[in-house]
Amino acid sequence: MTTRYVEHVMGLPISLALRGAHTADGRARAAWAEVVESLRRVDRVFSTYRPDSFVSRLGRGEVDVADCPAEVAEVLALGELAERRSDGAFRVRRDGVGLDPSGVVKGWAAERAAVHLEALQDTDFCLSAGGDLLCRTLDPDADPWRIGIEDPHDPTRLVAVVPVFTGAVATSGAAHRGQHVVDARTGRPPTAVASVTVVTASLTWADIDATTAYALDRDAASWLSGQPGRRGLVVWSDATTTRV
Amino acid sequence: MKRIVMWLLGTITVVVLLFGYRTSLAGPMAATAVRSPTTPGTGGTADSRTVTGPSVDTRWGPVRVEVTISGGKVTAVTVPVYPDGNRKDQEINARALPILVQEALDAQSADVDMVSGATVTSEGYVESLQGALDEAGL
Repeated sequence: MTTRYVEHVMGLPISLALRGAHTADGRARAAWAEVVESLRRVDRVFSTYRPDSFVSRLGRGEVDVADCPAEVAEVLALGELAERRSDGAFRVRRDGVGLDPSGVVKGWAAERAAVHLEALQDTDFCLSAGGDLLCRTLDPDADPWRIGIEDPHDPTRLVAVVPVFTGAVATSGAAHRGQHVVDARTGRPPTAVASVTVVTASLTWADIDATTAYALDRDAASWLSGQPGRRGLVVWSDATTTRV
Repeated sequence: MKRIVMWLLGTITVVVLLFGYRTSLAGPMAATAVRSPTTPGTGGTADSRTVTGPSVDTRWGPVRVEVTISGGKVTAVTVPVYPDGNRKDQEINARALPILVQEALDAQSADVDMVSGATVTSEGYVESLQGALDEAGL
């Protein structure tokens, strides 16, 4: 029996499914409240839509990184590492845009919030932050969580299913929000690739690598296959798919 | 029997991940080792300065960043201290089965728990597959 929770934070729907010992009792509800509060705190620090957030003020040069909560340094470091791994296709700073660590923050924030669920004994969870998700399965007899991968050409349908016991799944593409990812070296959005899904242990890295591979456009599948420990699915603009 | 196969798959994934994580960190670490750190107050011109942040313990190990601010904008982020990549990653492991690519499916017939897709915003949520799944399960 699965119990579900939904809240909206950072302009994203946050969905949780719990199964096992604590799904609807006081502990489950308290853990869920902690998850939501953790995401709200992240939003207050990192939102580029809030002019008073630390990241907005850092971007305007009003505060130093040393004045910001320690998480800001952590996220900037992740962004820098992602930039190197992508040969510059992934950047948290761009001319004309300024500092925008959003490409790192979502998966990182959800993975961080999930520690409150990891504290629930004998309970399996699947937490989704706007389509990027982290699953845990402790029960050795349980079925895997079945994760549907949205069809970028028709978001009312699925293009694949990945059964996940424990791990993260993140997808990057243009659906829903329109075109928002570009190759930072050229400023151009992808044309050959429609979406990239990455499956790996860490949601932080699943999210970063999905965005990186998507920004790399026709090199998406070859780049992803060169990243050890990652599996995934590339859906091309012509509706063909490549499994990595 | 099936359980053993799954366990093996999980074990292989873990081994690959541990290996992969180190590899992905090795390059940047080697690159940053030769970079000479900039001290606050000494680097840059009058309107350009470099500030070093605190050392932060992350799940990947300690991290420190330097941010260069020029003309009131962040112009560079460098990371003089990266995690060494072998501290906490032993705890991280993923266990997943291969992705089943099928002809277009609808969510009902596929019997899924969650949907991964390009960022679903709160505005689009009600009409999304995830919204429908939550609605059915709440």
